Amino acid sequence: MSTATANLQEIPAESRVNYLNASYGIRSWLLTLDHKRIGLLYLGTITLMFVIGGVAAVLMRLNLMEPQGALMEPETYNKMFSTHGIVMVFFFLVPSIPATLGNFCIPLMIGARDVAFPKLNLMSWYIFVTGCLLMTYALISGGVDTGWTFYPPYSSIYAHTNVVAAALAIFIAGFSSILTGLNFVVTIHKMRAPGMTWFRLPLFIWAMYATSIIFILGTPVIAVTLLLLGLERILHVGIFDPSIGGDPLLFQHLFWFYSHPAVYIMILPGMGVISELIPAFSRKKIFGYSFVAFSSLAIAIISFIVWGHHMFVTGQSIYAGLVFSSLSFLVAIPSAVKVFNWTATLYKGSISYQAPMLYALGFIGLFTMGGLTGLFLASLATDVHLNGTYFIVAHFHYIMVGGAVMAYLGGIHYWWPKMTGRLYPDLWARFAALVIFVGFNLTFFPQFVLGYLGMPRRYAVYPQEFQALNVMSSAGASVLAVGYVIPLVYLIWSLKYGPEAGPNPWKATGLEWKTPSPPPTENFEEVPIVTYDAYEYPTVRAGVARG
Amino acid sequence: MADAAVETHAPNPSGFAHQYETLEQQHDAGRLGMWLFLATEILFFGGMFTSYIIYRELHLPAFETGSRLLEVRFGATNTAVLICSSLTMALSIRSAQVGKSKGTIIFWLILTMILGAAFIGIKLRFEWYHDWLEGIVPGLSWTYSGPYQSGVQMFMCFYFFMTGLHALHMVVGLGILTVLVVMAARGRFTPHYFTPLEISGLYWHFVDIVWIFLFPLLYLIGGRYTLGGH
Repeated sequence: MSTATANLQEIPAESRVNYLNASYGIRSWLLTLDHKRIGLLYLGTITLMFVIGGVAAVLMRLNLMEPQGALMEPETYNKMFSTHGIVMVFFFLVPSIPATLGNFCIPLMIGARDVAFPKLNLMSWYIFVTGCLLMTYALISGGVDTGWTFYPPYSSIYAHTNVVAAALAIFIAGFSSILTGLNFVVTIHKMRAPGMTWFRLPLFIWAMYATSIIFILGTPVIAVTLLLLGLERILHVGIFDPSIGGDPLLFQHLFWFYSHPAVYIMILPGMGVISELIPAFSRKKIFGYSFVAFSSLAIAIISFIVWGHHMFVTGQSIYAGLVFSSLSFLVAIPSAVKVFNWTATLYKGSISYQAPMLYALGFIGLFTMGGLTGLFLASLATDVHLNGTYFIVAHFHYIMVGGAVMAYLGGIHYWWPKMTGRLYPDLWARFAALVIFVGFNLTFFPQFVLGYLGMPRRYAVYPQEFQALNVMSSAGASVLAVGYVIPLVYLIWSLKYGPEAGPNPWKATGLEWKTPSPPPTENFEEVPIVTYDAYEYPTVRAGVARG
Repeated sequence: MADAAVETHAPNPSGFAHQYETLEQQHDAGRLGMWLFLATEILFFGGMFTSYIIYRELHLPAFETGSRLLEVRFGATNTAVLICSSLTMALSIRSAQVGKSKGTIIFWLILTMILGAAFIGIKLRFEWYHDWLEGIVPGLSWTYSGPYQSGVQMFMCFYFFMTGLHALHMVVGLGILTVLVVMAARGRFTPHYFTPLEISGLYWHFVDIVWIFLFPLLYLIGGRYTLGGH
């Protein structure tokens, strides 16, 4: 193996045929069946959607600089937070890690030539793009003001905005999720290289497997729910309509049956990325492999039985509330198992603070805060006080931005040399990670305080006494925005000017590092045979261990 | 690059994709994929079935009244038609497995398509069209003046959403069958390779099974017989 790697390094990347230079031209990209290229297509698409959602967030934060609204009418503000929520959840966070890193890495990590169904994979991307275009149309032609939750009867009867187009866009994008999840499950079951047993799989694969199960079982429910909502809006009669005996609460049940598991669609892949980064940058085998693996499945299963905690104050029976509250606490167990195992992996590791590792460490801290504040909301009594306030906004941003986006960026930085064959400037990358961490906390920590003090979410105006904290949050948002722009610049710069990465710049284990960067179209020169466990890092030298 | 790799993994019968090691692996992957897709379909219809069951509890007399507006004889005929189409679908797969001529495979496929089209025809001509004339289509043609006005409207919403979604799946199925006929005509199916037939068959049977649940839920449990029928 080592001689093969040495040979690879001697050949300059340009002269070797890889998946990027195997064919040229726009057609070769738009009709590609290569999972690596499809991963990059997703990367481009979701980055554009992230910009749309990000601009909406910036406008919101600008408006909240002043108690009476600095910038826009309340109606416009409603559209801004709806745009931000819908685009970020359904068009960025849900596909982020699975569709880009998952698509790129899964076949490489399990030693396969491609996913099980490459044509279906490309079709998923086209379906997703159709959804994105329809969503963009919905925004340009007037926007949506229902919030990302589309609660009827407001969304079905009273809203005068583009609810149908937005719901249809999510419906369509949902099929992309379903097909991607289906593809991943079949790939992981049927395409593993010889010797790659279930318990030799990298933990990222376990996390993607658990995520895919949620894709498959959760997404169809939101699809049919939004379909019913759309029909109800078009025909002015339907099953959530209270005037003919319908129950808007039923919509909420169906909506959260998907949308709570969707939270784990966003965080589980992130946990998978972190489980790769922590061993790689502490040069240690992961602590408690099987616990980390099964905690992913446990989170996926529990995610389907806790949706009622979104409805504690909406008129659901208090007994259902009791059950959902106690079940919600269960989520803390597998989540804590992961956090403790990562921390135990760090213990006495030989840690290096390269950019991906900074994101990983940021993730552990921020996810822990997001998770612990979730317990406040799972408790019936405190939830009555905190529900519908900025406390919730802060809580889920700690999970989704502090958790999922940090892990996404960490993963992009970790696998970037594999994707492009180039290294980015590590100093800039570390600086950006730091800026993002500071900006994030400055944005969202004040929101915990605001929520505790009683500021409701989704309002365009607020009492004077909340202004200081709101200005702090808006200042943080601008720091955060700068933090997101820096990687965009140096990553694009590295495509042309970055030094060559070589097959394994991090000296990491895992099959993806045993093939050239960028990999050839078929991923491996010959099908690898796996005879070792994941994360077989050489044991730390005695001297270091004693130190 | 891709071509070279395929060559190294010969034998390469028609329909064998380069990312697999063996034809058997490809067959297994296709079947698992379809079963997973059917799982998503169960959840898709499941949202509607759950809502139906909840509302039936909430508005029981109205749902029974609504159910009696439906014509059992057409529903029953269609049930028989669909069960026959599942048989012909299965026979087309069997024909490929035992190496019958492509004419035989095409015969069973076309018969399946005719039965599927008959189902949709009966549904459109004798049920939905009449519902339209009678004014029991919520939102489009609603002149119902019997008891439980709003509850019956709710029931009819469910009826049209559920049977409409099912009919849409039938139409997709007919499209898939058309592709299969073309593939069969090109002689693509052999006793060694019939994966597309088999996984399309799974889909077709699934759509039939959805109807097997829809028929009693919508047509039969309306208390029609205990309360004296039409």
